[in-house]
Amino acid sequence: MTLEQITFIILALIGLTSALMLIIQKNPVYSVLLLILHFFALAGFYLLLNAQFIAVLQILVYAGAIMVLFVFVIMLLNLSNEEALKDPFNLRKIIASIFGVVLILQFGVFFFIKAKDDLNVTISPNSIEAGSIKKISEVLFSTYLIPFEVTSFILLVGIIAAIVLAKRKFE
Amino acid sequence: MEQQTFLNILPILIVSTTTIATIFVEAFYKRSDNLIYWLSIVSLILTLIYSILTINVQNLNFSNTLHSGGITNLFYFVLSLTSLLVIISARDYLLRAKYHHGEFYILIFSSLLGMMLMASSRDLILTFLGLELMSLSFYVLAGYNRKVLFNNEASLKYFLLGAFASGFLLYGIALIYGSAQTTNILLIVNEFNNLLLKPLFVLGLVLLLIGFSFKVASVPFHMWVPDVYEGSPTVVSALMSTAGKTAAFAALIISFYGSTTSQVNFEIVAKIISYLAIASMLIGSITAIAQTNLKRMLAYSSIAHAGYMLIGIASANKLGMSGVIFYLIVYSFMNVASFILISLMENDFEKRISLNDFIGLANTHPWYAAIMALMMFALSGLPPFGGFFGKYYVFLAAIKADLTYLAVIGVISSVISAYFYLRVVVYMYFRTNEERKDIFHTSADNFVLVLCTLFVLQLGITPNLVLDLITRFLP
Repeated sequence: MTLEQITFIILALIGLTSALMLIIQKNPVYSVLLLILHFFALAGFYLLLNAQFIAVLQILVYAGAIMVLFVFVIMLLNLSNEEALKDPFNLRKIIASIFGVVLILQFGVFFFIKAKDDLNVTISPNSIEAGSIKKISEVLFSTYLIPFEVTSFILLVGIIAAIVLAKRKFE
Repeated sequence: MEQQTFLNILPILIVSTTTIATIFVEAFYKRSDNLIYWLSIVSLILTLIYSILTINVQNLNFSNTLHSGGITNLFYFVLSLTSLLVIISARDYLLRAKYHHGEFYILIFSSLLGMMLMASSRDLILTFLGLELMSLSFYVLAGYNRKVLFNNEASLKYFLLGAFASGFLLYGIALIYGSAQTTNILLIVNEFNNLLLKPLFVLGLVLLLIGFSFKVASVPFHMWVPDVYEGSPTVVSALMSTAGKTAAFAALIISFYGSTTSQVNFEIVAKIISYLAIASMLIGSITAIAQTNLKRMLAYSSIAHAGYMLIGIASANKLGMSGVIFYLIVYSFMNVASFILISLMENDFEKRISLNDFIGLANTHPWYAAIMALMMFALSGLPPFGGFFGKYYVFLAAIKADLTYLAVIGVISSVISAYFYLRVVVYMYFRTNEERKDIFHTSADNFVLVLCTLFVLQLGITPNLVLDLITRFLP
């Protein structure tokens, strides 16, 4: 096993456990902290893929800015009564979990048996360069100019949505 | 930006500029609501005229990501016409509901921008972003009147399920990118046969199909449709069920248009799509029978119609593809008219319009009853209205593609659906009620209704002209 594989397995374990714990956890503050941990694991994956710029962005934007917002909102909302949100374990949930497990097994069989050859990709020699800010910005402002501009529109709609849903006063 | 590129994407520029301009008008101008209303109408008419004038100039812009002219302009035309009809009649509805604000138009315009991008995109990333832009605007529009509990429920349900579907779509795109090393649809279509040998690509394709099926509201991804269409403000349901569906089908047609050439091995995908189609048609029409709430009934009928349209895509020939587009055009007019008629009857916005509200409508408001009856006949697919030819073309395409069983199931499901469409007519004409129902009509609504009626009749009388036009521009 190479060093990369070992790092990958460690990161995958951290990522999966934190994601799982995140939804099992009853206390929302713990959930948010676990989500931050999960984002760090993801940033590690990006580093393994030689996408250093995206890894830094992941930590700066998600783990930094967005998660702070999450923590604040949860503390302000004062969600103390989580027991009330709990659903009894009924037939619907059992069926849903069976389907979920089957789906996970299918994906597992698929990736480890059927699509094994597709996943054997070699890292191209100039991939470190491709992950740099210079390359990304080159592509972003040439090939993907229109998607880049549309993204700004999506953010704009988000702002308007927040105003419409939260601020607008109705007679 | 070169001048030619600028001219090519002018429809998109008009719509996006109007979105920004409306925000400024709304911010700096008091009592701006009416100004915004007229501004939106003018810019939509400009978009309509421009997209028809430049329909013959076909181009690929921005390193093959954005197509312009031809079929794209046809989609622009349909999408902006639907939005125009909805906007014209929306003002009075919103005034009656006491939430007429400029933001409504801003959100409709941003969703229109997303839909236009979906129809013109030749790159999966742009398709995804367009879909997100459309969906985000729809989530907010669905919950536009936050004082009404129904609206909140619709918005939240749509948002949660929609976010889930977007996740599937994005995962599919990621897997396709991983196996094809490109997100450009044209390049993927060229390599389609080789890529199909890779299991990773097939999985990506299936996930992509799941994402799109959610947006076109086909079974088994249809659970959100009845609740969202019922809960949203009626004018918003009109837009979501028509333009939203058109845009999602446009993206689906563009992604699979390579299947019309005989070299592409489309069988696996066609099989999956035909299962979706069968389930949607049957479950949609059978469940609609049990509905007494008119908006829910139309929601289930929209699921069934998604099934009929999927037949056209599964048959994978030119007639099928142009048949779907023809169907979408007719369906937009039929559904906009039906939803607007329902919106005219709403006064108390917590109460839903049920079949009983239609009792005796023929005596009190004969013209509205006649238009509603015509729309119901057209939706159930009776000749000589436009709805008949929409179904006729997709069934014909299925028979040509040796998928006769799809056409047979389609006809059976049409027969089932006739029951609940014609029931509305029976309630209007053959039952009487002393109580007089109010219809809150204005000249704007009447104008839209007459226009829709004329279009549905015209498409039923000369369907060939429109079909030829569509076929000519199909790539």
